[in-house]
Amino acid sequence: MNADLNKLNSIAKQVRRDIVRMVHQCQSGHPGGSLGCTDYLVALYFHIMNHKTDFNMDGDGEDLFFLSNGHISPVFYSVLARSGYFDVSELATFRKLNSRLQGHPTTHEGLPGVRIASGSLGQGLSVAIGAALTKKLKGDSSLVFTLHGDGELQEGQIWEAAMFAPHNKVDNLISTIDYNGQQIDGPTEKVLSLGNLKAKWEAFGWDVMEMNGNDLEDVIRGLELAKSKAFKGKPIMILMQTNMGHGVDFMMGSHKWHGVAPNDEQLQLALDQLECDMEDY
Amino acid sequence: MTQKTRFLKEAVSVRYIMKKYPFTEKKDTRSGFGAGLLEAGKKNENVVALCADLVGSLKMEAFIKEFPERFFQIGIAEANMMGIAAGMTIGGKIPFTGTFANFSTGRVYDQIRQSIAYSDKNVKICASHAGLTLGEDGATHQILEDIGLMKMLPGMTVINPCDYNQTKAATIAIADYHGPVYLRFGRPVVPIFTDPDQKFEIGKAWMVNEGKDVSIFATGHLVWEAILAGEKLAEMGIDAEIINIHTIKPLDEAAILKSVAKTRCVVTCEEHNRLGGLGDSVAQVLVKNDPLPQEYIAVDDSFGESGKPADLMKKYGLDSENIIQAVQKVIARKK
Repeated sequence: MNADLNKLNSIAKQVRRDIVRMVHQCQSGHPGGSLGCTDYLVALYFHIMNHKTDFNMDGDGEDLFFLSNGHISPVFYSVLARSGYFDVSELATFRKLNSRLQGHPTTHEGLPGVRIASGSLGQGLSVAIGAALTKKLKGDSSLVFTLHGDGELQEGQIWEAAMFAPHNKVDNLISTIDYNGQQIDGPTEKVLSLGNLKAKWEAFGWDVMEMNGNDLEDVIRGLELAKSKAFKGKPIMILMQTNMGHGVDFMMGSHKWHGVAPNDEQLQLALDQLECDMEDY
Repeated sequence: MTQKTRFLKEAVSVRYIMKKYPFTEKKDTRSGFGAGLLEAGKKNENVVALCADLVGSLKMEAFIKEFPERFFQIGIAEANMMGIAAGMTIGGKIPFTGTFANFSTGRVYDQIRQSIAYSDKNVKICASHAGLTLGEDGATHQILEDIGLMKMLPGMTVINPCDYNQTKAATIAIADYHGPVYLRFGRPVVPIFTDPDQKFEIGKAWMVNEGKDVSIFATGHLVWEAILAGEKLAEMGIDAEIINIHTIKPLDEAAILKSVAKTRCVVTCEEHNRLGGLGDSVAQVLVKNDPLPQEYIAVDDSFGESGKPADLMKKYGLDSENIIQAVQKVIARKK
């Protein structure tokens, strides 16, 4: 486990390097949430999920992941590439003309690993519920994972889905909220308070857990616990505390790096903090 | 006497015989959808149905009775329904969503755009109670913009069948077609005049009556009105070609151009806003290939209102009498 944890930590550092380099290279994109969710996505793709990298849209017999907050595409693309869905060299095309790595993820350009477009917020939970229902119809006992921003919970469709899943016992679904308390216009508590999220999701009938999204060991513990709770009649919701910009000190804890690219000097400062034994793309 | 009025005068002396479309029964097109859904379900085990609290209105009961495990009651949450439908395609299911046309399109436009159309998902959006003929519920429910909204989405197929039999056949056909489809049908009972054993071909116009003086391109409930108009026009000595454009996208451009090459003028008929519907799609084909006079039978950029369907169709200019007037007008505009 320790050796494995060291390896995962190393991958997480490399993914963070990829994120800041990708966003710097095209001078656009969303580094803050990407850095905050790196540990979660690394744990998911390199340790938790049973998935195949010879991509097939239907995903029969494998766990599926849906990114609902599509703006954190840099971390998603890096993790997909690093886990073998496509060559890491393609990360250099992020947000550029004729790229499969669109600003927000899409199936439209045929990028392996992406099963739905996301970017317009609030839609991914419904999509994941649909995929989970199909798995149940087909007797496929694998799981469906989703990730959402906390600001995204201000979208009404989320709560339509929140009501549907427990009523229909969609218990092969493990959702996670990136609970960093930040959104574009400022802290969520200032823009539109989310209130007591744990109580809200519990009131809707979900099995609610918490974990520290920037401690890989805790993420693995949390996701493994969530897996053990699956198929027990309730959908599972993990409230994952993260720091926006985690891993790069000057980006941490502020909404200001939600959608801003670092300049040359800032990139170097960031990379100096993310030394890693793997190779850049 | 101008050339145009001479044409009309001379025409009166000739009598044409319209192809006869006798009918013995009237039914609502939504019942055609219900029957088609059951058939599609029997043919293909991947067909699943979703509904947002309008099972009776969408005539889904027979499917639900036959395949209870393949039906999903979503509740009054149309955005969630579209997302769930998109997700269910992952793994190969073919979801048919059912609610009123207004809640199938305008209410959920962004969900359809991102999760279905842009994501290339094989979802069949089945929409009842389209247009004015919904009647007494009024403008909140009478969407007249849905064809435009849906046809603008890249990759979306848009179908508006004309009677029970055609709606049933279309429902079965879209299950066999891979890609997102918007299937639009209505509430009122209307004559059944198409073949019960027809093979529905997506994107292939249906020749209702061959003629030489004018091309009437009609969709949905307006096809029957066009037939009524055609019978009267024949008595008046006007030989109308009537073509049913059940698929608005992809449009059968070849059929349109072949017809106008002969008739040299066009009337388009639809239960929709004149902006963005069938008429505009036909006009685009004409301006690019063969510019010709065209008259629109459509709602003149307004909302509807409460009333009986027939009264609404008359007030908003969508009945056979309006079609006859439009034909006379467009023939007079011929060069």
